[in-house]
Amino acid sequence: MATKIKIDPVTRIEGHLALEVTIDNGVVKEANSAGTLFRGFEIILQGRDPRDANRLTQRICGVCPTAHATASALCLDDAFSLTNKIPNNAKLIRALILGSNFLQSHILHFYHLAALDYVDAASVVGDLAPFVPHYQGDYRISNESNAELVDHYLKALDIRRKCHEMLAIFGGKMPHSVGIVPGGITEELTEDKITNFLWRLNEIRDFIDNAYIPDIVTVAQSYNDYFDIGKGCRRLLAYGGFDLPTGSLFRTGIVSPDLQSESFVMDNITEDVRHSWYADSDSGKNPAQGQTKPDVRKKQAYSFIKSPRYDSKVCELGPLARMVNNYVLAEPKTKELIDSLLAQVGIGVDALFSVLGRHAARALEAKLVADAMVDWLQQLKTDEPAIVQAQVPDQANGAGLTEAPRGAVGHWISIKYEKIERYQVITPTAWNASPKDDKDRPGALEQAIMGTKVKDKNNPFELIRIVRAFDPCLACSVHLLDAKSNELGAFRVV
Amino acid sequence: MNKKMVSRKYPIVWLQGAGCTGCSISVLNSVSPRIQNLLLDELVPGQQLNLLFHATIMAGQGEPVIEILRDTEEKRKGGYILIVEGAIPTAQDGLYGSVGERNGKHLTIQQSVQELGRSAFLTIAIGTCATFGGIPAAKPNPTGCKGVTEVFTENGIGTPVVNLPGCPLHPEWFTGTISVILFSGPQALDLDDLARPKFFYGSLIHENCPRRADFDEGKFAEKLGDDGCLYKLGCKGHYTYADCPLRQWNNGVNWCIKAGSPCLGCVEPVFPDGTSPMYEKVTFEELVWPQK
Repeated sequence: MATKIKIDPVTRIEGHLALEVTIDNGVVKEANSAGTLFRGFEIILQGRDPRDANRLTQRICGVCPTAHATASALCLDDAFSLTNKIPNNAKLIRALILGSNFLQSHILHFYHLAALDYVDAASVVGDLAPFVPHYQGDYRISNESNAELVDHYLKALDIRRKCHEMLAIFGGKMPHSVGIVPGGITEELTEDKITNFLWRLNEIRDFIDNAYIPDIVTVAQSYNDYFDIGKGCRRLLAYGGFDLPTGSLFRTGIVSPDLQSESFVMDNITEDVRHSWYADSDSGKNPAQGQTKPDVRKKQAYSFIKSPRYDSKVCELGPLARMVNNYVLAEPKTKELIDSLLAQVGIGVDALFSVLGRHAARALEAKLVADAMVDWLQQLKTDEPAIVQAQVPDQANGAGLTEAPRGAVGHWISIKYEKIERYQVITPTAWNASPKDDKDRPGALEQAIMGTKVKDKNNPFELIRIVRAFDPCLACSVHLLDAKSNELGAFRVV
Repeated sequence: MNKKMVSRKYPIVWLQGAGCTGCSISVLNSVSPRIQNLLLDELVPGQQLNLLFHATIMAGQGEPVIEILRDTEEKRKGGYILIVEGAIPTAQDGLYGSVGERNGKHLTIQQSVQELGRSAFLTIAIGTCATFGGIPAAKPNPTGCKGVTEVFTENGIGTPVVNLPGCPLHPEWFTGTISVILFSGPQALDLDDLARPKFFYGSLIHENCPRRADFDEGKFAEKLGDDGCLYKLGCKGHYTYADCPLRQWNNGVNWCIKAGSPCLGCVEPVFPDGTSPMYEKVTFEELVWPQK
């Protein structure tokens, strides 16, 4: 029997997103994911000084501004012909700044955005807003572990704050740091800052090792059916990131459903807009040629997100993509971390394509990044420069690809008469939460939700747990429609 | 003190409009009080906040949280504080941004800010987007974004507004303002003509800048990474009113100019159009009359 449910907004994610789902006999048949906020950053950037993009694009997202600062700096380095001149110190410090925000974002995501779907905080702190109201029913962790997780929720508030304080040593301030610029970084490198950074980092590493990763295992043991829920499209994409003097921490690649890593070609990225509130003339273009012309009354559209595709295929981005790509390329540290977790929880690699697999990949990635940061600090050389001078060219094109906490991010620029002629950004959530494309193929999150069995229509835990495991960077609404009548809202739940 | 004494609670609804969540994240960075204290404890003896609605951290979702908005507006008239983060899109009937769904329709940010604003006893606009429009309202302002005061004025909403600009705002500008309200009442806030507390926004960056001596001696940085005053690299500290040099950021670790970056003027009403290009020297006209 078909059922109709509606959830709007889904909270505890960054920004504004909507998802429309059709359910039949308790199983999701169709899901429509929709961004419900449009600001027009790409339009606002036109005609400005190219260097300003480095500051302005950070304001796309206050949770992961550093990833935009990095992508934008790489994009401008490229346009300004500086890519091969960036000093080693600048590469390392940019990576330390980005790494600090990865740790902040991953810890915030697990404890403060996702954990309340598994942990009943109100049973510990009392029926206080903002911990009530919440879904009822499926809280399975023992009272003792539940209390410990709530304690870590509070402790994690301090730790994520300290990640930002560590970032500010080289980044100036957070959110919206100022330290990363085309050509390098602005902060002066001194020995005292290295030591100061190291000991802040060590406190955060201690938390990752002794709270974050064990807590993921605790949740996994109580909810192990979530290794089978939210499988998704199984095609992963990583641009790679953390560009260091000796190579990248995250490798570049496409992972196919049979776990082969294929090489990545930037020109194969296109963006469809058939189901997006943009003029159809934009559809199917590579971001280097793309435009952004909003049309809020377009009939078949349901989202402000475009539909990025790679070689016309749907891809999932994020920690799962990065870690599995590194894993199949046999990166030793990644392999060791993943194999150790798989053995501890008693699952195979395939189980990583799931709600819990995404959380586990994120936690292990936090450890991989945090441990690597210790090495990067030791490679800094205080008697060498950390910046080269940047000059805005009259005409140029550039591209900057990197990794944000929630997945690969790309910036593309065209400069004419020393001003921005065109600027395009593709965020990881655009891939993950994309609407259907021109061939009506659902996006990655939509595919992960399709086929899901919803046990209790009054408390559809399954849906919100799948959505949050992707760490989407928007606020979200979920609509479940009747498969037969296709009408909204006959039955409405919480 | 006796924990069982009933403390006075200040219900708060925190709406997010066209913004980036950066101001919420900045408030999470508050050191003393910590965010735990803001959420769970009596912030000052006998009084505490009661954060009824905040989309990024609240446990609930869907219709019950939309009902919280309706309940607050109807049952707590004149008894709650509305906090607005992000600008308010007004073009295309507000369809560029929605808070959630109500009665099968988008509840637009504009509609929500107007309804809740009308019945609040005080509205606090946090960040430059909510106060003055900020980046979403930058040219050509594709979504018709406006700040809270402008929307209230156009719609005859008389609820007092306190403006705490910044991109993002400093967490202490928020916690300090809340402290004045809890201890002495909102009438005790000493505001300037842009409704900013003078205590935080009363002095120029340039007055308190550690590189001021370099300026006075004519020692200027010629490129990023150099020592010296950042004036020639586009520093907007000469017309930007905020206490960043004294307070510093992220628990006093650093701030923009100390990190070798020119001040972007992110608290000013003209940000970002009037402060662009960010890395070009400010003109004489901007120094004389910076406010549009």
